[in-house]
Amino acid sequence: MEYIVLLFSEIYKILYVLIPVLVSVAMIVWLDRRIWAFVQKRRGPNVVGPFGLFQTLADALKYIFKEIIIPASSNKIIFILAPIVTMTLALIAWAVIPFSKDYVLADINVGILYIFAISSLGVYGIIMGGWASNSKYPFLGSIRSAAQMVSYEVSIGVIIINVLLCVGSLNLSDIVLAQEKIWFVIPLFPMFVIFFISSLAETNRPPFDLPEAEAELVAGYQTEYSGMMYAMFWLGEYANILLMCALGSILFLGGWLAPMDIPLFDIVPPPVWLILKILFLFVLFALIKAIVPRYRYDQLMRLGWKVFLPFSLIWVVLTSGYLLYFDLLPVY
Amino acid sequence: MNIIRIFKTVFLIDFLTGLLIAIKESFKPKKTLNYPFEKGKISPRYRGEHALRRYPNGEERCIACKLCEAVCPAQAITIESTAREDGSRKTTRYDIDMLKCIYCGLCEESCPVDAIVQGPNFEFATHTREELYYNKEKLLENGDRWENVLAANIKADNPYR
Repeated sequence: MEYIVLLFSEIYKILYVLIPVLVSVAMIVWLDRRIWAFVQKRRGPNVVGPFGLFQTLADALKYIFKEIIIPASSNKIIFILAPIVTMTLALIAWAVIPFSKDYVLADINVGILYIFAISSLGVYGIIMGGWASNSKYPFLGSIRSAAQMVSYEVSIGVIIINVLLCVGSLNLSDIVLAQEKIWFVIPLFPMFVIFFISSLAETNRPPFDLPEAEAELVAGYQTEYSGMMYAMFWLGEYANILLMCALGSILFLGGWLAPMDIPLFDIVPPPVWLILKILFLFVLFALIKAIVPRYRYDQLMRLGWKVFLPFSLIWVVLTSGYLLYFDLLPVY
Repeated sequence: MNIIRIFKTVFLIDFLTGLLIAIKESFKPKKTLNYPFEKGKISPRYRGEHALRRYPNGEERCIACKLCEAVCPAQAITIESTAREDGSRKTTRYDIDMLKCIYCGLCEESCPVDAIVQGPNFEFATHTREELYYNKEKLLENGDRWENVLAANIKADNPYR
C-alpha cells in the first residue's frame, strides 16, 4: 500500500512537470513561427484560436491522423525506436530543472552531469533514425549531426566547468543559489555568448541546422519519417531547445531568482522568473533563425574546434586563476 | 585579416546589427494580406470559376452555338441542345469538367452572346471530385450569384476588346 501511494504521488509529480513542458513546447513552436514571420514581415499562423495559439495543436492532430509510412528496406525496430528515443531523452532531462526552491522533481547532486549525459545521448536518436532509414539523405544528415553535436558538446562541457568553478557544486539548485549576489552572465559574459551559440549547434538550430539542410539533404534524418513519428522528432527537437534555454538561464541568468532583491519582485512567484528567462532566450533563438544564413560544414567544425574550444579552455584557466588568487574558491 | 575585421568578429558586430534590424523590421506593417479575411484586388479579366449568364428578363443567354465546346483546348465542355417550342435553340445540357479545364479563357472569348464567362471567384475547392463536374444548373446558379460583378467586369474590360 505504501508503495502504491508513493508510485502515484511520484507519477503525479512527474505529470506536474511534464504536462506544462509539453504544452509550452506547443506554444513555443507557435512563437517560433510567429517571430520568424514577423521578421520577414509576414503574419505567421494567426487563424486557429486567439492569435493562432492553437496552431500547433491543430498540426499535432493532423500528424496523429496521418499514415505512418515505414520504408520497406528500413531496419524497422530501430526506425520506430529512433523518434521515441529522441522525445524521451528530451523530456527526461527536465527532471532535474529547478523551477523554484522546492519545485524540482529530482534534486540530485549531479544534476548538471545528468543533463549533460542525457543531452549527449540525444544524438543517438538522430543517428538511429538516419541509419535505420537506409537511405542516402537521412544517412548523411545523421553523420553530420553526430559530428556536430559531439564537437559542440565538448565546448559546452568546458563552459560548464567555468560555472562549476564559481559554484563548487554540481547541483542545479546550488548553481542558482550561488547567483544570488550576481548572475554569472556578468562575470562570465563571453562564456554565456559561447554557450548560447554552442546550444544553437547542439539543438541543430539555424545557422547550424546542417543535419536537416533542406537545400542539399531534403530534410536530413527526418526524410523518411511521416505522421506521428515525424511529430515526435519535432516535439523532441523543440523540447531540447527549451531545455537548452532553461539550462542557459539556470547557469548564467540566475534561474528562478528575481533580477533584483526588491520587495516588488518578491510578489512574482519564482517559476515565472525562470519562464521569463527561458522565453527571452528562446526569442533570441527564434530571431537568430530568421536572420542568419546556414554555416558551411567546414566552417562549423572550425568554429567548434578551433575557436570555441581553445577560447573556453583559456577562460577556464583565467577563471580558476582569478578565483585562486583572490581566494574566492567556494568551499563545500 | 586587418584589425577592424578581427574586432568585428570577436564582438559579433555584424551579427548584432542584423539582430537590431530584425527587431526593427518585425514591428513594421506586414507586407502580406491576412488572406481569408482580406483579399487582394482582382483584375476584371481574371479567369476564375465559370458562370452562365442570363438576360435581365431571366432568359438564358446561351444559344447553344457550341463555339466554346469547339474551341476548348482541354475538351472540358460538353453541350447538347434542342429546339424549343418557340423555335429558339437552347441547351439541354451544359457540362464543364472543372478538373479538365485549364482556365485559358477561350470559351469566354469565343462566346458571341457573353453567356459563358469566367468570374472573379477562385475559392471553389471541394471535398470530392464529383462536385467539380459542373452542370447547367450549377453554372446558371453561379451566373445568378455573381451577375453584378460579372456585368461590371465585362463593362470595365470593354474598351480593350
